[in-house]
Amino acid sequence: MYQIRKAEKIADKIYLMDIEAPRVARHCEPGQFVIVRMDEKGERIPLTICDYNREEGIVTIVFQTVGASTYKMAGLKAGDSFRDFTGPLGRPSEFVSEDPESLSRKKFLFVAGGVGAAPVYPQVKWMKEHGISADVIVGSKTKDLLILEQEMREAAGSYYPCTDDGTYGHSGMVTSMIEELIEKGNQYDVCIAIGPVIMMKFVCLLTKKLGIPTIVSMNPIMVDGTGMCGACRLRVGDEIKFACVDGPEFDGHLVDFDNAMKRQQMYRTEEGRALLKLQEGDTHHGGCGNCGGEK
Amino acid sequence: MGDVLKRVPVREQDAHVRAANFEEVCYGYNREEAMEEASRCLNCKNAKCIQGCPVSINIPGFISKVREGDIEGAYKVIGEASALPAICGRVCPQESQCECKCIRGIKGEPVSIGKLERYVADYALEHDIKPERAKQKNGRRVAVIGSGPSGLTCAGDLAKLGYDVTVFEALHELGGVLVYGIPEFRLPKQKVVKKEIEKVRELGVNFETNVVIGKSTTIDQLIEEEKYEAVFIGSGAGLPMFMGIPGETANGVFSANEYLTRSNLMKAFDSSYDTPIAAGKKVAVVGGGNVAMDAARTALRLGAEVHIIYRRSEAELPARVEEVHHAKEEGVIFDLLTNPKEILEDENGWVKGMRVIRMELGEPDASGRRRPVEIPGSEYEIELDTVIMSLGTSPNPLIASTTKGLETNRRKCIVAEESNGQTSKACVFAGGDAVTGAATVILAMGAGKAGAKGIHEFLSGR
Ligand SMILES: Cc1cc2nc3c(=O)[nH]c(=O)nc-3n(C[C@H](O)[C@H](O)[C@H](O)COP(=O)(O)OP(=O)(O)OC[C@H]3O[C@@H](n4cnc5c(N)ncnc54)[C@H](O)[C@@H]3O)c2cc1C
Ligand code: FES
Repeated sequence: MYQIRKAEKIADKIYLMDIEAPRVARHCEPGQFVIVRMDEKGERIPLTICDYNREEGIVTIVFQTVGASTYKMAGLKAGDSFRDFTGPLGRPSEFVSEDPESLSRKKFLFVAGGVGAAPVYPQVKWMKEHGISADVIVGSKTKDLLILEQEMREAAGSYYPCTDDGTYGHSGMVTSMIEELIEKGNQYDVCIAIGPVIMMKFVCLLTKKLGIPTIVSMNPIMVDGTGMCGACRLRVGDEIKFACVDGPEFDGHLVDFDNAMKRQQMYRTEEGRALLKLQEGDTHHGGCGNCGGEK
Repeated sequence: MGDVLKRVPVREQDAHVRAANFEEVCYGYNREEAMEEASRCLNCKNAKCIQGCPVSINIPGFISKVREGDIEGAYKVIGEASALPAICGRVCPQESQCECKCIRGIKGEPVSIGKLERYVADYALEHDIKPERAKQKNGRRVAVIGSGPSGLTCAGDLAKLGYDVTVFEALHELGGVLVYGIPEFRLPKQKVVKKEIEKVRELGVNFETNVVIGKSTTIDQLIEEEKYEAVFIGSGAGLPMFMGIPGETANGVFSANEYLTRSNLMKAFDSSYDTPIAAGKKVAVVGGGNVAMDAARTALRLGAEVHIIYRRSEAELPARVEEVHHAKEEGVIFDLLTNPKEILEDENGWVKGMRVIRMELGEPDASGRRRPVEIPGSEYEIELDTVIMSLGTSPNPLIASTTKGLETNRRKCIVAEESNGQTSKACVFAGGDAVTGAATVILAMGAGKAGAKGIHEFLSGR
């Protein structure tokens, strides 16, 4: 059992929890994720690692309620436990193993959308700990949905919040913020974009034009997270890759986002949900984010 | 008494009934049937059947105990060689191992060794007969990676020798393929697998789940930081392969591993569990091995019309004869000498069919099997909503890539001595599918035994 030390709601539908998981805390690096299971009958749910404390053996997770399982998870309180907490899974971000010398000469731009701020945060923090000042753009629909602002401000070189509705910071999408920074004369060697697939797709279209190598982090459907099932497969360039073992971070200019979106639609769109319900028949019990888990 | 040339028939669930449920297909023998079948054994002095068994169970020895009605005695005889008899009795390919060597088989039917083993092992589970623990612990720590049959066997044997053994398992459940791959209707999880694993626990073995070696920690760290003196790798076959044809990332295409994991490990067929599975109305399973049969029979039980698509003919099907026979009885349709060319998607990215081509058998290839070749112009389309790919696996590089000095071969399998599991790294041993590629439960157990022997020799030589 893995005990929850702290549980709080940090924005509408967005929750943060500190979990006691010493093995994961000791070995995790930016870019990696965990798989959790609430109880005996629960699904295996992949979640990004938002922060970690190696000494105290604590891992921080952030999640948004999308389906029946995450709704149920949102009800857990400090003192409750997860039955299973596996990780760290996936490969660490590439920069973690790069030569510090060459790293310090590079200028990084992080672009986060929505809960994507959670996996971006440990990367930015890592940068700061290694003396690298990175620029960070965080986009959200509206001011109330902007998360981890304080933490991000402390870790980032420059911090640029944006909201779609203009209630805070730059008014507009993250892509227009990138364009603005470039117009102002900023130059970047690497862009790391994490957020909704559609956002990553448009960031990549832009950075390709701008000639900035871009890394994205993919979160397809997963089951085991160890490479055994292939549920997480993606088209990257000419190859089929398994996000849980080959990723979750990939060269954004090679990822087939349209295919990834179609695969996610299985769980995320009206049509997909309806089809899923039909296909899953009696075994459908939520997970589609729509029916609330009713049988 | 019946005809000595014929085996005592075993009772099975009716094919029409079982095609719609997940209950076990075969009921096994009762005491009378077992004793009668046991009396067919000729108790050969130079027993060929023992040579056919990868873990060398004293087969005539346990069968003669069964004949006397001493089932507990029979269990002790099997227990000397095998830690998981209730599992082996159900899933071993006896027809190509012990039973094919049986002298009775020359004139009539060989003795039903597998069914007798199962009877003895189930009796032991029901009567809670405990295996014997080590008299004394020697305090030396050994780590075992993976809780499949190779890891469980290695851990059990070392614990019996007094070692302090911890098994590290990546998933939340113990058993490897026994829990996530082989379906409930062939190998009951609560009634058989869980209980057999409990017996290994009773030998004093510790288990730690949710630990992915290579991620949560590494072999080098287990040795240096956690003070394990030796490590056995039994991490299994690895990543599922796909064909590389267009449409394989469409929604509704699964690897057999994913399909079976959703059903077996996550219990998607039971609506009180949270994990869903796309049951499908019309399903194609591509491949002809045991795994393909299991996926097909699972889809059938979830209510689909199921076709096996296999590029060679029936004679070359790699699955066990019994499995093919059961699948046919239950209504799985075999489209043989047929190979997929493309998976067809609708506008939303869902499977709507498959373009396939007819094949014929040409000259034998390196493996001695006749090579299938396409018949030009014979392509046609079939309508489908689900495709399950069952084409085998390729090794997971996770452990090899995170362990210094661990050698792998051309096929990326870990290199290890067959006799003692020794790898290229001094205190590291390996066996099972991780070394051989996908094989069988009993071969994995044999490798686990060899690994335990190798580790014991290595550590007692120190
Ligand atoms: C669907 C299916 C049906 C089959 N039917 C039969 C049959 O009827 N008869 C038969 O004899 N054989 C059958 N087989 C084959 C047989 O199951 C395997 O050969 C056997 O299980 C191999 O045992 P193993 O111990 O090597 O590996 P596995 O059983 O694969 O166990 C490996 C374990 O290691 C864990 N692991 C992997 N990597 C790590 C890591 N890095 N850290 C920690 N843990 C790790 C895995 O999660 C897994 O639990 C079947 C296989 C499948 C898939
Ligand atoms: S989640 Fe199963 S292989 Fe990636």
